[in-house]
Amino acid sequence: MNRRPFDPRLLRRVPAARRDLAVLAALGGLTALLVIAQATALATLLATAFDGRLHRPALAGLVAAVAGRALVSWAQGTVAARAAATVKAALRADLLRAVGRHGPTWVAGQRAGQLATLAGRGLDALDPYFTGYLPQLVLSVTVPVAVLARIVFADWSSALIIALTIPLIPIFGALLGWQAQAATERQWRRLSLLGGHFLDMVAGLPTLRAFGRSRGQVDVVRRMADGHRQATMKTLRIAFLSALVLELVATLSVALVAVPVGIRLLGGGLTLSTALLVLLLTPEAYLPLRAAGSRFHASMEGLTALDEALTLSATDAPATTEPRRPTPGGRGEIRFEGVSVAYDRTTALRDVTLTIRPGDRIAVIGPSGAGKSTLLNLLLGFVAPTSGRVTVDGVDLAGVDLDAWRRELAWVPQRAHLFAGSLADNIRLGAPDTPDDVLAAAVADAALDEVVDALPDGLDTRLGERGHGLSSGQRQRVALARAFLRDAPIVLLDEPTARLDSASEAVVLDATRRLVAGRTALLVAHRPALLADADRILRVEDGRVTELHPTATGPGVAR
Amino acid sequence: MIPGAERAVLRLARPYLSRLLGAGLLAAATEFAGLALMATATWLLMSAAGRPPLDRLTVAIVAVRALAVSRGVLRYTERLAGHDAVLRMITDVRARVFATLAARRDAGRRTGDALSRLVSDVEAAQDLLLRVLVPGAAAAVVSVLAVGVAALISPPAAGVLAIGLLVAGVALPALATRLTRRAADEVAPLRGALAVDAVDLTHGAADLAAFGATGAALAAAENRGARLAKLERRLAATGFAVDATGVLVGGLTAAAVVAVALRAGVGGVLVGVLAVGSLAAVEVALALVAAARQRAQLRTGLARVADLLAEPAATAPPTSAPEPAIDGHDVRFADVTVRYRTGAAPALADFDLDLPAGRRVAVVGPSGAGKSTLAAVLTGAVRPDTGRVTVGGVPVAGIPDEHLPRVVGGLLAEAYVFHATVKENLLLGRPDATEADLVAATRAAGLLDWVREQPDGWDTVVGEQGGQLSGGQRQRLALARALLAAPPVLVLDEPTEGLDPSAADAVLDSTLAATPAGHSVLLISHRLSGLAGLDEIVVLDGGRVVQRGRHDELVARPGWYREQWLRQQTAERGYLAVTP
Repeated sequence: MNRRPFDPRLLRRVPAARRDLAVLAALGGLTALLVIAQATALATLLATAFDGRLHRPALAGLVAAVAGRALVSWAQGTVAARAAATVKAALRADLLRAVGRHGPTWVAGQRAGQLATLAGRGLDALDPYFTGYLPQLVLSVTVPVAVLARIVFADWSSALIIALTIPLIPIFGALLGWQAQAATERQWRRLSLLGGHFLDMVAGLPTLRAFGRSRGQVDVVRRMADGHRQATMKTLRIAFLSALVLELVATLSVALVAVPVGIRLLGGGLTLSTALLVLLLTPEAYLPLRAAGSRFHASMEGLTALDEALTLSATDAPATTEPRRPTPGGRGEIRFEGVSVAYDRTTALRDVTLTIRPGDRIAVIGPSGAGKSTLLNLLLGFVAPTSGRVTVDGVDLAGVDLDAWRRELAWVPQRAHLFAGSLADNIRLGAPDTPDDVLAAAVADAALDEVVDALPDGLDTRLGERGHGLSSGQRQRVALARAFLRDAPIVLLDEPTARLDSASEAVVLDATRRLVAGRTALLVAHRPALLADADRILRVEDGRVTELHPTATGPGVAR
Repeated sequence: MIPGAERAVLRLARPYLSRLLGAGLLAAATEFAGLALMATATWLLMSAAGRPPLDRLTVAIVAVRALAVSRGVLRYTERLAGHDAVLRMITDVRARVFATLAARRDAGRRTGDALSRLVSDVEAAQDLLLRVLVPGAAAAVVSVLAVGVAALISPPAAGVLAIGLLVAGVALPALATRLTRRAADEVAPLRGALAVDAVDLTHGAADLAAFGATGAALAAAENRGARLAKLERRLAATGFAVDATGVLVGGLTAAAVVAVALRAGVGGVLVGVLAVGSLAAVEVALALVAAARQRAQLRTGLARVADLLAEPAATAPPTSAPEPAIDGHDVRFADVTVRYRTGAAPALADFDLDLPAGRRVAVVGPSGAGKSTLAAVLTGAVRPDTGRVTVGGVPVAGIPDEHLPRVVGGLLAEAYVFHATVKENLLLGRPDATEADLVAATRAAGLLDWVREQPDGWDTVVGEQGGQLSGGQRQRLALARALLAAPPVLVLDEPTEGLDPSAADAVLDSTLAATPAGHSVLLISHRLSGLAGLDEIVVLDGGRVVQRGRHDELVARPGWYREQWLRQQTAERGYLAVTP
């Protein structure tokens, strides 16, 4: 894990934040000067008050210095928040653009969840880092240096004490911090196990209840939570030790400075105003370091998010060659010529040679994980062949403008994603300007009209996050409606009825038949019902494709 | 003054009141030690300037050193004491929340988001004490003490200090609360929308790419992100104005205290003590601003926890009702109607069924026909709107939660597999099961071979939510657990879900064979294969019974069952025919 307090990659990746960070540094310098001005004014004021007089210029100076500090602290917070907002917006855009650049297969699976969390709420953890930690980090450099410089002029022996003790704070902080870190990590597995136990029990409550064990588990939950407490306290005893030492260094230094200064005052070796100045400035030298230390913990989450975001969005996309070849039409012959596709750990397709003639309706069968979907992904341009090539009308797909080529394709995935928005927007996904009557026709073709009629706001019904509110069968009909609107010469169907019950399957199958009519179609079929409509059947097993020759009576009604 | 949600949480803190009070006093002592250190050091220096004999300063010198040491030590003990008390309370909160959820009969399964929210809500109770109440109380105590000590020196100066402390400790925190709430209200919808955008662009990446819509979706998300950034910048400008005012109040209070004290004729040394003390006191009071912000952020989480704690079940002791006189285990549904929402079509309408002991009945029908509702009614998870369900002559609603599973139970929809060993998951069904029982149940569910292959055997940990298992293995484990429980009325809701056709047939056969004679079975299935041996098959559609009879009779008659059966048969055979 990256434990550096500042990630230099940030400046390179988000140039817009450079100016804000520079301003933050300048404000840190200004704060240091104002701290000294305030202490000087207060020391003068009190030294004259010793004689019972009110030093008006010093009073005015004090008020001015305080006003200045207030203003600078406001500016610091505002600029830090600006930087946070800028960085978050830029990194969000970077992350989401990386999705577009790498293509859907890169983002599939676990990475999608990680990206969505990070680009969604994850980056908001940067707020405490920028507004809490970073300004303190700047101050922890500028203020001690300025204070020390001022005290050297006022009283070098006090300056020596401070100069010797200040480094103890980062040194102890690092030593004890790491110590605590190691102890924490040792405990972490145990802690997360215990924390997870509560979660596991709550998640499984319906099952516990079904076996009549829910009440009995209350004691188990209490016991586990109590174990959690004891383990946590063990960790905290060590973790708080670092805070104790840091606090002691800071307060003892004040005593170390104040007592000798007081004794020298007795001997007349020092003026009162100088002594007061040293006393007032000494704690200021330690304060920012300790504040930064205590806020580092709160900003860890943000730093981790930052590291993840910078690493993820920086992953190189496969070199995209500029489209050199004219986009082939969808009515040409598609050829797979010795195509192999290898992923990180598996080989999805091995040396596939295949010709798809216009108008072919091809069913693709085979066990799951055999490479059926990869076949479709090649045509969609989601994956590129590791070796061999896919050509359409003699043109290699590797060199064409993929967006233009995809206009020749309509795709019905296993489980279509429904976007936050109205049902109509979801159907119009590929064609936002579709007029209402064309939309209505696609809705009817996809047998979605009865679904629309049952919805409270018809086509304007808003579908929630990830399209909650529609059943799997209804969702597939939305996907079919999208495909009808696309009106493309080639349709690719990836197990469109995989998760449907028989009744929905029948409806979706009818609509699929209408969609496939008169088009080139590639159907990945897990369920046999889809095979009836195919005029060729390919079997994919272990990355190899073989063509089956259906029996004379046809595949759907064999025997 | 204290909102109900906080009061509900604080009520749970009562047993640890003395510990919390101790932590609060220690916190106050810590802050006061810091303040006293600076004030005493100032007194030391300014007195020394008058060149008194050294022995008059000895007490101050010792005090400065003692205060310097005690501050750190006090802080350490305060933090330990506070965390210990709060963690003890959290143990109670977790147990109570769990008890409440456990007592709910209707609670369905929660999504992952709702679960992790529940955990962080419980932690909000922890933050309320540690980051709001303890530091807040300490700041208030120190403020009052500081004004009191100042009043002994100079009442007018104490008045000025009191005003400064009221601004720093009351007015500014109130302002911070309002601003934090407003900011949260403004930012939350935009952040939520952006989170949805992120989900759409990642989980929907393939759909967007295939339909050429990636660019438009990206532009919309970036636009929203820019709007959020603009809003956050604007809110920061007002938010940090509160902190800036705090800095100003501290300095101005000190300046005013000096001016007023001098005018009142306070001696020079004490003016210095008052000034430095005021500066430190205001600093302490400003901690209330941070506490107020924290408190405003905890509001929604605490409200959710309080709602859970407020439910009567959380406080009711486990029922010790006498075991009802259940006579046998004949099940009878009479005119049962269930509606999930008023006005909606019934999920189950006028349903009648007799399930005398030992009878085996299957309920089939298209999805959404009411099959799972039937299981939910029988297991008491859903109450019928009209009609009654009796087991052994006793209405299900009248059988206590602890007794019902001993009579009615089995494999219900979305059976959960716990992050524990295979054995622990199985023993949930029957805690006193012997090894032979485990073997029999897992053999019937078709899981025994897998268990024997595992290096850890029965002690194999199945991972979070059964993540180390395949869908089929998870299903078999849940089924084995249901068979082990062996209630006299066994409900099996889609027991072969996720298994391939031949495995499904084998598992269904062995499951029915493993159920003791005399035990009733209610089998819910969308597959019609393997139902020939059952005593009765009920076809549900739209919550109503459309057909009933034995398999042979139903296949011979035109209707949904025959149609669906032929369809499934053709489908499975046709598929096999083209498989070389």
